[in-house]
Amino acid sequence: MRKYIIKRLVYLVITLLVIATATFFLMHSLPGTPFDEDKISNLSQEQQKQVYASYGLDQPVYIQYFKYLKNIFQGDLGTSTLYTGQSVQSILAARIVPSALVGIQAVLVGLLIGLFLGIVAAYRHNTSMDYLTMVISVLGISVPNFVVAALLQYFFGLKWGLLPVAYWESYASSILPSLALSFGVIAQIARFVRTEMLTVLQQDYILMAKAKGISPVKILLRHALRNSLLPVITILGSITVNILTGSLAVESIYGVPGIGSLFVDTIKANDYSTILGLTLFYSAFYVVVILLIDILYCVIDPRIRLAPSKE
Amino acid sequence: MSCLLEVKNLEINLLTQSGTVKAVRGVSLSLEPKDTLAIVGESGSGKTMTVKGIMKLLPKSGKIAAGQVTFDGKDITNFSDRQMRKLNGSEISMIFQDPMTSLNPTMTIGKQIIEVLSEHKKLSSQKMKARALELLELVGISYPEKRFGQYPHQLSGGMRQRVVIAIALACNPKILVADEPTTALDVTIQAQILDLMKSLQSRVNTSIILITHNLGVVANIANKVAVMYGGKIVESGLIDEIFYQAQHPYTLGLIASIPKIHETANVLKTIPGTPPDLIDPPKGCPFAPRCEKALKVCQLYQPEYTQISATHCSACWLQHPIAKKQTANMSGKESRDE
Amino acid sequence: MQNIELTEDLFCPAETDASDREKISRPTRSAFQDGWIRLKQNKGSVIALAILLILVALAFLGPILTKYNYYDTNYKAIFQTPNAEHWFGTDKFGRDEWSRVWYGTRISLLIAVVAAALDLVVGVTYGSISALLGGKVDSVMQRIIEVLIGIPNLIIVILLMMIMPAGIGTLIIAMSISGWVNMARLVRAEILKLKDQEFVLAARILGTSNKQIILRHLIPNTVGVIVINTMFTIPSAIFTEAFLSFIGIGLQEPKASLGVLINSGFQVINSQVYLLFIPAVIIVLIMVCFSILGDGLRDAFDPRMRI
Repeated sequence: MRKYIIKRLVYLVITLLVIATATFFLMHSLPGTPFDEDKISNLSQEQQKQVYASYGLDQPVYIQYFKYLKNIFQGDLGTSTLYTGQSVQSILAARIVPSALVGIQAVLVGLLIGLFLGIVAAYRHNTSMDYLTMVISVLGISVPNFVVAALLQYFFGLKWGLLPVAYWESYASSILPSLALSFGVIAQIARFVRTEMLTVLQQDYILMAKAKGISPVKILLRHALRNSLLPVITILGSITVNILTGSLAVESIYGVPGIGSLFVDTIKANDYSTILGLTLFYSAFYVVVILLIDILYCVIDPRIRLAPSKE
Repeated sequence: MSCLLEVKNLEINLLTQSGTVKAVRGVSLSLEPKDTLAIVGESGSGKTMTVKGIMKLLPKSGKIAAGQVTFDGKDITNFSDRQMRKLNGSEISMIFQDPMTSLNPTMTIGKQIIEVLSEHKKLSSQKMKARALELLELVGISYPEKRFGQYPHQLSGGMRQRVVIAIALACNPKILVADEPTTALDVTIQAQILDLMKSLQSRVNTSIILITHNLGVVANIANKVAVMYGGKIVESGLIDEIFYQAQHPYTLGLIASIPKIHETANVLKTIPGTPPDLIDPPKGCPFAPRCEKALKVCQLYQPEYTQISATHCSACWLQHPIAKKQTANMSGKESRDE
Repeated sequence: MQNIELTEDLFCPAETDASDREKISRPTRSAFQDGWIRLKQNKGSVIALAILLILVALAFLGPILTKYNYYDTNYKAIFQTPNAEHWFGTDKFGRDEWSRVWYGTRISLLIAVVAAALDLVVGVTYGSISALLGGKVDSVMQRIIEVLIGIPNLIIVILLMMIMPAGIGTLIIAMSISGWVNMARLVRAEILKLKDQEFVLAARILGTSNKQIILRHLIPNTVGVIVINTMFTIPSAIFTEAFLSFIGIGLQEPKASLGVLINSGFQVINSQVYLLFIPAVIIVLIMVCFSILGDGLRDAFDPRMRI
């Protein structure tokens, strides 16, 4: 097991290095400057040089690159040009909480509702409950999250005025964005759990349990659930991706001051350093989450945890 | 004649995408205490469906269309699921073909044995664990304490099947139904499991219904045999009657196909042809298309059962007096021609 | 008990045709035919396919049906709700929404299909080379994929969009560059699985050449996986394009795509909600239908589900 973890950690570092390098050189091949064209041309040549120097943009590319790498190791992700003067790390730190709140809520709600729907649908296969769940899951997977977010905003916010739709004022402001994000999660989990559960319910050991005279409820809880839920861990990675990418649109729509909306704003403003920092952050986050999920799976499944010993 | 289990004219249908499969078309059998009844037949003959129907373990698409099942004097044909649950596991138990998939991979062996005990018996957890260990020893598993806490994948195939048998016998059932219990195991292990079942039967007083397609297994362990084909029983009787005095062409064909080690053969004897389509079953005897001795009547009408002895009967038109007369005439003619 | 007349002559030997014994009662069908029949039985898939065909037809014919085109502005007719003249109303510049919506659908579909096609070509090539050559080459190619997977797709696309000149071609290339990985993995897994199957071994023993094995056995069995995966790649591409356009990085005005239209609609959500609804409904329909169709295809061609 240990060897596996070490191998994965090595991949993690390699991946991050590749991303850092790629994004760095991508940024530097971009046309245009990160600065506001009008304002810059007002300055004299000397002053322009100074500005460039203060951002380290006057030195040869490879020196910038190594400096960049060194800075990263020290936790310094550079300075933002959009939010002039602020360090990228500090902006990130300030914006993590809203994103985390919305994201985690979305996952929790999605998990709970999704599990419930999936289990019921499989248990009542080919009945109306099953079809309803299938419909919900197809819609949830197909309807783009920004469409959901926009529609929710329209109905719950504007038309019926039930929940706040913009500005980050109170806890209530997080409800709609979380709900919008959770749709995708519900859909994915419900469909997956349903499929797993249907397969499990066909297994011999379920029939064996019936032959033992165990009641259907007990069979469901004791035998079916445990074997169906284990594989759900494998799609947590995909769900994480959905939440990460979905947050870009959802946060922008609802004005949540989180990392997603930050990413969108800085892309539009060509704030290179922040974009770089955010890209690294997202990638690191994603890769770490994947690794944790894989380790979790190894730990929970007894077939993998205990090496088979035959006599 | 205290009949433990009596099945009369059981008919079971399966609803599939392609139509209604008449899987079991009027099966009757009876089981007495201490009997070991072997149900023999090819895949698709209806043997598994029959016993699943008795225990109400049919798939969702399966329904008992007609017939009666009486267990221990009670008519259980229309028992609800809840009523059946009281019997399954405690009075009638079943074990399946593949021991690896019969056991829940994420539950320890011990827990799975205790599960059936706690469902049917009110015992303290200590007593249940003691009983579980006792059962593991009974089925010949060494180091029962250690095995108790292990998972199925940590045991070999033969051991898993022993565990399955232990679970089945935990509540001292009156009937043990074994659906091809040795098919998934190596030949040497097969022998061990069969010996185990025989010794357990005498110790624990359980009647056994054994489903198999292997006549060798039948010879080893059964005292009664029922041969099934095309959803019907074509011949049934005591073991010696079936092996030495078989009357039905199908049974004869099965026995003839067993390779005999003391004979030389270049080509193995088989029964040519394939089993009938049970969505649209043949009008007459299901075996007629493959039978060398088929008569015109065989293709038109289903044969009636002829009692050859008190315990031996066969469903074949060749047993009918008219047919027997013709056979007698034929052999008479032959001997006159010589 | 049957009450039948049993006459002596009924007990004469029957005339049986030996071929009767081996008769298989149901007609033989190839795997493709079987799958196609099962697909047609799946009502959902048939409806989804029908809706998709209608939408595609409208995407190309829609703008022709009306006399207005998608870019002519008319400041005297801005923000009209759907009426007899402008069937879907007009937008903030007075452009005919009907034309714009169908033109946008066309663009979205084209981008998605081309991107999915590129995806397919690169993915299948990479995956099959990796699986067929095996050994060290396979190992290296797999390592590369493992690193690439660690990078969230959208990030790659966004970054690429930033450095390349804006436009449809850029969008397509950006989406393909990150999307092929999935297809490559699937194809490789399928070929590896097939390579080990006994029918391939049997073919080899019979002396079939490698080229024949690839053409006759491996490719036909992989086509299923490829088609089904493409059924899901296309909606994914539509989503990506719409998403990017929505947050402002993809296509922009005056070009129209479903994402651009939804974005414009969203901006006037307070007043002209129909500008949001109409393209939203269309994109949802497209994605739902592809999803159902993809599922239907997968079920229809899955050998295990055959009765």
